[in-house]
Amino acid sequence: MRIAVQADSFDPGAELTRFAAGHTDQGAIVSFSGLVRDVTGGLEAMQIEHYPGMTERAIEQIAFQAKTRWNLGDVLVIHRYGSLTVGEIIMMVATTAPHRTDAFEAAEYLMDYLKSRAPFWKKEVTSQSADWVAAKDEDEDALSRWDGS
Amino acid sequence: MKLQVMYFAWLRERIGQGSEQVETDAATVAELVAELRTREARYDLAFSDLSAVRVAIDQELTDLDASLDGAREVAFFPPMTGG
Repeated sequence: MRIAVQADSFDPGAELTRFAAGHTDQGAIVSFSGLVRDVTGGLEAMQIEHYPGMTERAIEQIAFQAKTRWNLGDVLVIHRYGSLTVGEIIMMVATTAPHRTDAFEAAEYLMDYLKSRAPFWKKEVTSQSADWVAAKDEDEDALSRWDGS
Repeated sequence: MKLQVMYFAWLRERIGQGSEQVETDAATVAELVAELRTREARYDLAFSDLSAVRVAIDQELTDLDASLDGAREVAFFPPMTGG
């Protein structure tokens, strides 16, 4: 399991290649990468704040939950903080599993929990304004689908 | 008891600092919030809508009713927006 919380950019392709290497009993790898997108056309920066210490712990707990719940080989989570510009990579998750269903579901679970349970906060900066991104009800709702099964 | 109290995102901005040492006898997080709100207007403003405030004790998410017994670090922040 590799968890990295970092300011530096990274190459998701190279990370995936490294992550995939050396697994002879895993038939499936799923990866997701999140990028800074410009919804309104005026985004100058996406500033990401986090809670050093708690961030790593929270992600570790989420990853352990995923490993308990699905038959996974390995889990990779990289999440950046600091000031990012449009098109830059923010984060990636990847999972390996013997079979694809476990790898897909666990990757979705990791994403859902990272969005609402890992202590990151995004601020969108334009030439006119700087606004904290509000948490969405649908992000909270997304967690409920993992309850009780 | 002496607590390290931390603030993130707009709570940090409204209070004007990221962390501070607080000497308190508050038994719960809610009591600590009530005490901070009486200190200065900036705290009162930051904590005016508690439905928008999340809390962690010693880097574990918890809720406002949680006991501060044994706590060293308490953090306040808005709902998280990672991913």
